[in-house]
Amino acid sequence: MAFESLADRLQNVFKKLRGKGKLSPQDVDEAMREVRMALLEADVNFKVVKSFVATVKERSVGAEVMESLTPGQQVIKIVNEELTALMGNNPSQITNAGRGPTVILMVGLQGSGKTTSSAKLARYFKKQGRRPMLAACDIYRPAAIKQLQVLGQQLEVPVFSLGDQTSPVDIAKGAYAEAERQAMDMLIIDTAGRLHIDDQLMEELEAICAAVKTQEILLVVDAMTGQDAVKVTETFNERLELTGVILTKLDGDTRGGAALSVKAVTGKPIKFVGMGEKTDALEPFYPDRMASRILGMGDILTLIDKAQANVDLKKAQEMEQRMRKAEMTLDDFLEQMQQMKNMGPLDQILGMLPGAGKIKGLKDMQVDEKDMAHTEAIIRSMTPEERRRPQIINGSRRKRIAAGSGTSIADVNRLIKQFEQSQKLIKQFGQMGKGKKGFKLPF
Amino acid sequence: MGLFGNLFKKIGQAMGLTKIDESFFEELEEQLILADVGAVTAMDLVENLRREAKKQGLDSVEACAGCFRQQITELLEAGEHQLQLEPQGLTVVLFLGVNGVGKTTTIGKLANQLKSQGQKVLVAAADTFRAAAIDQLEVWCGRAGVELIRHHEGADPGSVVYDAMAAAHSRKVDVLLVDTAGRLQNKSNLMEELKKLRRIIEREHPGQPGEVLLVLDATTGQNALSQAKLFKEAAGVTGVVLTKLDGTAKGGVVLGIQHEYGLPVKFTGWGEGIGDLQPFDAAGFSQRLFEIGEGEE
Repeated sequence: MAFESLADRLQNVFKKLRGKGKLSPQDVDEAMREVRMALLEADVNFKVVKSFVATVKERSVGAEVMESLTPGQQVIKIVNEELTALMGNNPSQITNAGRGPTVILMVGLQGSGKTTSSAKLARYFKKQGRRPMLAACDIYRPAAIKQLQVLGQQLEVPVFSLGDQTSPVDIAKGAYAEAERQAMDMLIIDTAGRLHIDDQLMEELEAICAAVKTQEILLVVDAMTGQDAVKVTETFNERLELTGVILTKLDGDTRGGAALSVKAVTGKPIKFVGMGEKTDALEPFYPDRMASRILGMGDILTLIDKAQANVDLKKAQEMEQRMRKAEMTLDDFLEQMQQMKNMGPLDQILGMLPGAGKIKGLKDMQVDEKDMAHTEAIIRSMTPEERRRPQIINGSRRKRIAAGSGTSIADVNRLIKQFEQSQKLIKQFGQMGKGKKGFKLPF
Repeated sequence: MGLFGNLFKKIGQAMGLTKIDESFFEELEEQLILADVGAVTAMDLVENLRREAKKQGLDSVEACAGCFRQQITELLEAGEHQLQLEPQGLTVVLFLGVNGVGKTTTIGKLANQLKSQGQKVLVAAADTFRAAAIDQLEVWCGRAGVELIRHHEGADPGSVVYDAMAAAHSRKVDVLLVDTAGRLQNKSNLMEELKKLRRIIEREHPGQPGEVLLVLDATTGQNALSQAKLFKEAAGVTGVVLTKLDGTAKGGVVLGIQHEYGLPVKFTGWGEGIGDLQPFDAAGFSQRLFEIGEGEE
């Protein structure tokens, strides 16, 4: 979960602030020191941190905070606003070509994830009904072309290659002609990883740009990059006029300060983020969501998006009806579990919940997917009647279910107990909804 | 002026100083942070220097340089920087790391190096996940002239390792290099897989793997600490290979890794050529840490 520790630290700072009626300049100083340390430890570039802290401080000692009744909250709000502003205010779109295929050139250091990201982009746009083609211009790394071809095959996206003996410039030109001929509307050019200080290879990229008209030049940046992120982005930008950035490996536990630095220093927006190794793990970048996540306010918007993409609305409504009447069955339980699984690894989902970072134990909790598999096996070993009315499950049924699911009777008992408890909880929720008191967000 | 002359002179000049004061220490701290040493480690190091300077009554830039050089070099020199090979029989070297740090490339280079030293080398392609990873390793093995044990893509990495162990025994190999798929350290299922690979090696040849090398990208920031911690916990890392030092990143985070987890750097990577793997040189590395590139303040 990216930025997790940063969120923790800021929350600790503001816990101290929140208890006070008014802020003294010393309070602000202390908070800013913590913000600075947290940002530096999150690999935000040193210079970006300096100016960021200065801006936040200036606003924090201003009238809007000092005279506010809830100064702590005001500071959080300012940090949040400035973070969002720093990362760019709006999600960015891809620019399309007027006619002919839209060309996206992928560039970056070795190992940042260009080939994987190229395939992810192809899948992303294919899903939107477009016709992408991939071009294999990495002729240096052994088997790089093969890697792209394998991925293209999986996605059923054509991959243009002329082997590793033709110059990347000619491959790019050939790919464009081929894409035009096949009436493809998008060409994604994968290039070799290169160091920003490697003159010869940087010239090669310039030559590709001169030969093929590109709409997008995307720099692929590893989210774990340290202070060097700024230098790398600056150099690539000077030579190529980047149009944006793809931030990869954000599903790691990096705090991802590179995200903050890149936009602030170069003015180039982050357009997509890579969230996993599989080709579907690409998401658009939303600066406001990321800022909320940094502040530990949870990434509830992404969660909602994921839920919408993976949960069958009609089924959900039916289930809600039953839940309201407290008629939930073990079948529903199973259904819910499956939908949760569709949304991705549980620990990622937990990270998006507001306040989840603050709950002790939850933060480091390893969600055991095996437990879920056991639960599933137990429920599947029950008869439909048993699933509807668990109360009929007696000793001999328990024995049969345990044997059928390869678990023990104790496991079966535990599940039934858990289910009864959650039924009780749902009843309580139902009553709470009728009252006036709703849920309260942490901030 | 020695190792850090460059930096100290530059700082001194910029501020018109020959004597040190508070702004000198601040500047030093900034430089360390920019080299990815990490804010906490940087503050600790500078705090140490401040104390030493006071205790020994050092007030010139030169004297401070000497003191600081000693501190850093001592820190980096701790631990065993040589690859530990069994004098007789098989040594297994397991390679781990996050995605895209250069595990496969490093194995290619090391296989070549060991072979030229007269060792009989075998390589195991246990990255069965990434598309074409096996083909990439095959090219490297061809370049180095060593044999490769491979299965098909998507195969169980455990069975690749098992077969490679059997082959290593029957072919009387000196060193077996095991490539694994890149994995982020917070994916618990993938870390379990690493533990399993290690268990297989231990079972097939007690006392091995003799070396478990964590491959780290020098451009990585503070996340490298989390990588070192979690990979060490899962698979008993014995040392670090720091790659991509031919760029502008300084890889200062290894200071923290050495300090907190006691993991010495064993090799450094300097490019994509087969000869671009160097043993770790603490003095040279420290010097580079403080080199100020052109066009920077």
